[in-house]
Amino acid sequence: MLRLEKLTKQYKTGDLALKDIDLLIPDGQVMALIGPSGAGKSTLIRCVNRLVEPTTGTIYLNETELSSLGQGELRRARRRMGMIFQEYALVERLSVMENVLSGRLGYVSFWRSYFRKFPQTDVDEAYRLLERVGLDHMADKRADELSGGQRQRVGICRALIQNPELLLVDEPTASLDPKTSRQIMRLVCELCKERKLSAIINIHDVFLAQMFAERIVGLQLGEIVYDGQPDGLTPDVLTTIYGEEDWESTIEKVKEEDHEEESKDSIFLASAK
Amino acid sequence: MSTVRIWKRPPFIKRAWLRWSLTIGGGLFVLVAIGTMDVNWQRVAAGAPRAERFIASFFPPDFASKSSDIWEGIFESLWMTVVSTVVGILLSIPIGLGAARNLAPRPIYLFFRGVLAVSRTFPEIIIALFAVKLFGFGPFAGIIALSIGSIGFYGKLLAEDIEDMDPVQAEAVKSTGSSWLQWLNYSVQPQVTPRMIGLAMYRFDINFRESAVLGIVGAGGIGATLLTTFDRYEFSSSATILLIIIGIVMAVEYSSGYIRKWVQ
Repeated sequence: MLRLEKLTKQYKTGDLALKDIDLLIPDGQVMALIGPSGAGKSTLIRCVNRLVEPTTGTIYLNETELSSLGQGELRRARRRMGMIFQEYALVERLSVMENVLSGRLGYVSFWRSYFRKFPQTDVDEAYRLLERVGLDHMADKRADELSGGQRQRVGICRALIQNPELLLVDEPTASLDPKTSRQIMRLVCELCKERKLSAIINIHDVFLAQMFAERIVGLQLGEIVYDGQPDGLTPDVLTTIYGEEDWESTIEKVKEEDHEEESKDSIFLASAK
Repeated sequence: MSTVRIWKRPPFIKRAWLRWSLTIGGGLFVLVAIGTMDVNWQRVAAGAPRAERFIASFFPPDFASKSSDIWEGIFESLWMTVVSTVVGILLSIPIGLGAARNLAPRPIYLFFRGVLAVSRTFPEIIIALFAVKLFGFGPFAGIIALSIGSIGFYGKLLAEDIEDMDPVQAEAVKSTGSSWLQWLNYSVQPQVTPRMIGLAMYRFDINFRESAVLGIVGAGGIGATLLTTFDRYEFSSSATILLIIIGIVMAVEYSSGYIRKWVQ
């Protein structure tokens, strides 16, 4: 369970990115965070694992209060939160395997990681995850040899091998084509279900959010303006989040998508194996 | 309403008067500078045949008569180069890390930038003069000078390369809960290594060439031998030394190209 209380972030420039955000994400819930660029989605996610320091407010991950941890404790807390990035953020000159194993850095000593002597259990788990996303044959390829969708799957493995309680997902599909976007979103959601993970997924694409998330939070100028079911996103709601636009077609598309769901699932599973 | 809209690239300097005065002023400066250069063409003409004779006296290069001195000098230069490159690079790693703005807190950053600025202020030959006074004649003084020079060069370029790295890759590794050293090893090091290996080769090349100069102030290396051959008008031996230096520099050049491609 993740709990944000009165979370505020003001940047040095004076921009107020988040204003008194209160949010509770129960275990196992996949929540999509939508909103226009600059609404504070990225800041919110980064405040949770403190890649960005919140200005005021508290953050609880289960019983740990994240916002006041010292350096060592923060490192240990970060192990419990996996993060997936927009441009995949793989270390390009490292191999796929090294990238996945870097998710275990918080658990092994410096010298073990320096000589790449990870415990066998970690290596086993890495292979299992790579197999799960269909990339085990790529283990020794360098990360920059992979396609966008493959890189994002490696990014997912890196986050999951941390054995996290929470996934922080920052625009996972922004640099992917529509088909790969769906596959990645589906994969993230399936894995969350398998492992009973809760997740915050920042996403631009409203209808991907509706397709995959069980709860949608709309952020606008650092404030929550919508919090509810995916099907509660009416044109009016979208107008309050993003501003005036013709939303009817977006919503129509989602309804059509829902019917196609079944058949696509089977195709994806076949291609992932 | 179909007027033609003309487009021109906006000038780099917007203010017209400043633009023109800089252009005209710069042109005048170059003309005046060339005009004040006092070339005595008669002496140039007289020097031409002498230059011909001088260059001719380098041929054929004499590999035999001073060979033991020459090889001793070359090997001294080479090991000075190896030691000073290794020492310089090892020392410049912590300094470069400290001098990278995105890694070090402000006071540490300023301190190490200061260290780098000081070590780059003096050319190697001046540091060698000091080192010879401090430690006496010989290659040790040269090694000190070249190591300090390498720190200034390598530390600065390392710091700049770290500042240019992709911050998202670094952020991703940090978010896994890695320690600072692990973070360096997994996100910073892979990003800077290929370029830094290339630069290490380049610095090796510079140090070797510098070591040929340092001998002139008594700081060891082939330079002393080269100077002696010049003083004694043994130009065919000088030619040998120069050829060997050229050969070694070329060998380093080719292998560095090859190594860079291999580590990319």
